[in-house]
Amino acid sequence: MGAGLTVVVDYGLCNVDSMVRALEECGARDVERTRDPRVVDRADRIVLPGVGNFAAAMRNLAAWGLLDSIRQRSSTREVPFLGACLGMQLMARAGTEGADNGRLEGVGLVDGEVIRLERQNADERIPHIGWNEVVARPGSVLLAGIPEASDFYFVHSYHLKLGDTANEAARTPYCGGFTSAIELADRPVFGTQFHPEKSQKAGFRLLRNFLAA
Amino acid sequence: MLKTRIIPTLLFKGVGLVKGRAFDSGRRVGAALQSIRVYNLREVDELVFLDIAATPAGGRPNFREIDELADNCFMPMTVGGGVKSVEDIRDLLAVGADKVAINTAAVETPELIRHGAAEFGAQCIVVSIDVKRRADGTPEVVTRCGQNRTGRDPVAWAQEMERLGAGEILLTSVERDGTMSGYDVDLVRDVAAAVSIPVIASGGCGSYRHMADVLSGTRAGAVAAASIFHFTEQTPREAKRYLAERGFRVRL
Repeated sequence: MGAGLTVVVDYGLCNVDSMVRALEECGARDVERTRDPRVVDRADRIVLPGVGNFAAAMRNLAAWGLLDSIRQRSSTREVPFLGACLGMQLMARAGTEGADNGRLEGVGLVDGEVIRLERQNADERIPHIGWNEVVARPGSVLLAGIPEASDFYFVHSYHLKLGDTANEAARTPYCGGFTSAIELADRPVFGTQFHPEKSQKAGFRLLRNFLAA
Repeated sequence: MLKTRIIPTLLFKGVGLVKGRAFDSGRRVGAALQSIRVYNLREVDELVFLDIAATPAGGRPNFREIDELADNCFMPMTVGGGVKSVEDIRDLLAVGADKVAINTAAVETPELIRHGAAEFGAQCIVVSIDVKRRADGTPEVVTRCGQNRTGRDPVAWAQEMERLGAGEILLTSVERDGTMSGYDVDLVRDVAAAVSIPVIASGGCGSYRHMADVLSGTRAGAVAAASIFHFTEQTPREAKRYLAERGFRVRL
C-alpha cells in the first residue's frame, strides 16, 4: 500500500501541507506537492485537496496547465484520484461559486454541478462547519471498515449535486441531505466533501483505503 | 446531526499559556507544539490558535512557527493574530491553517473580509469579535487586544461581517476571558440569534456547566475554552461526556 508517486496538486489556495502530512502518516511512501503539470503527468495517484473558491481554483488550474494534466492522467482509468472538499467539488462538470454569469466549467470527472447548501431551519447554519455523520452506502471501497455513521470534519457552503446518484458513496443529513462522498463504479475516482486529513481515526482509515485502491 | 464543537484555545502572550514577558519564539513553539500533540492524542474537535502579540507588535503573523505547528496538528485549526491582508490569509492557509481569524483588521479595513471570502471562500474567514461592556452594561466591540473602543454594537457588527462574507464568528467577552466565571450568555444569545453563520462562544468558561449554560441558552454552534483545559484537570473529552449526558449532540 502507498507505493509509487502520490501527487498532491497545489493550485495556490489551499492547505496542501496537511494533506501531504496525513498521506505520509497513512503510509504513502513518496508524496510530492506540486504546481508543475509534468509532475502530475507521472503521478501514480492524484490528490486534489481543497479550500477556496471554485472560480479562483479553476482559474489557477487552467492557467498553470494543471487542468489538462489532471484530465489526461485520470482518463487512463488506472490512476486513482481523490478530491477532498473543494477538490471534490472541482471534479464536477459545473459550478456556480464565484461565477459572474451563472455557471463555470469544472474538471469534469463526474456528472453533476456544484450548488449552495440551502438551510431547512434556523438551527442549520451555513457554512456547514464541524463534525457530522457520513452514512456510507454498502460496499463502498473508500469507506470500508469505518464504523457506520462515523463523524467527519466539514467546512463548506456548497455541495456537489450528482447527475447520477449511482456515483454516490455516502450522504450526510444536513440541509435536507447531500452527497458527502463519491465513488465511480468503473474507475478508481473518489471524492469527499469532508476533510479526511483533519478527521482523525476515521479520516486516516479512509486515506489508507484510497492508498490501497 | 451536526455536533457541538468543544474548542481549546491556545493563546499566546497575555492571559494564557505563556505570560507576556516570555515572548520568545523558540520557547513559544515548544509549549504550543506540546499542547498540540496532547490534543492530537485526545482527538479534540478543533483548535483555535491566537497570537495576541502580533497586532500590538505590528508585524505579520509568524508563518514559520505556524507552519511547524500545523504540520503536527491532525485536527482542524483556526489561526489568528496580526492578519491584515489577503496575502496574510493566503500564506496562513498555505502553511496549514484551515480557517483564519481576523479581529482588528476587520474593523480597520472591513473590505478585507469581502476580498478574503471572494478569494478563499467564506468558510475559512472567521471574524473574531471582542466585546467589553460599558458602565451601563451595554456591549461594545473592541479591537487591538481590548485596548481600542470602536463604539460598535456587537449584534450590528456581526451582521455587517456576515454581509461582507464572514463564514463564522468567534465571539469573546474580554471581561470574562481568563476569569472562569462563565460565558456572557446574553451576548452570545443576541449575536447568534442575529446571524445565520456559526457562532463560537468564547471567554469565561470555568466548568462543564458553563458550557451547558451557554449552549442551552443560545444558538452557539461551538464553545471555546482556554483556562479550564490548561489550568485545571478538566478535559475536552470529559466535557463532551458531561454534555452528552444532558442531551447535547457532541462527538464522543
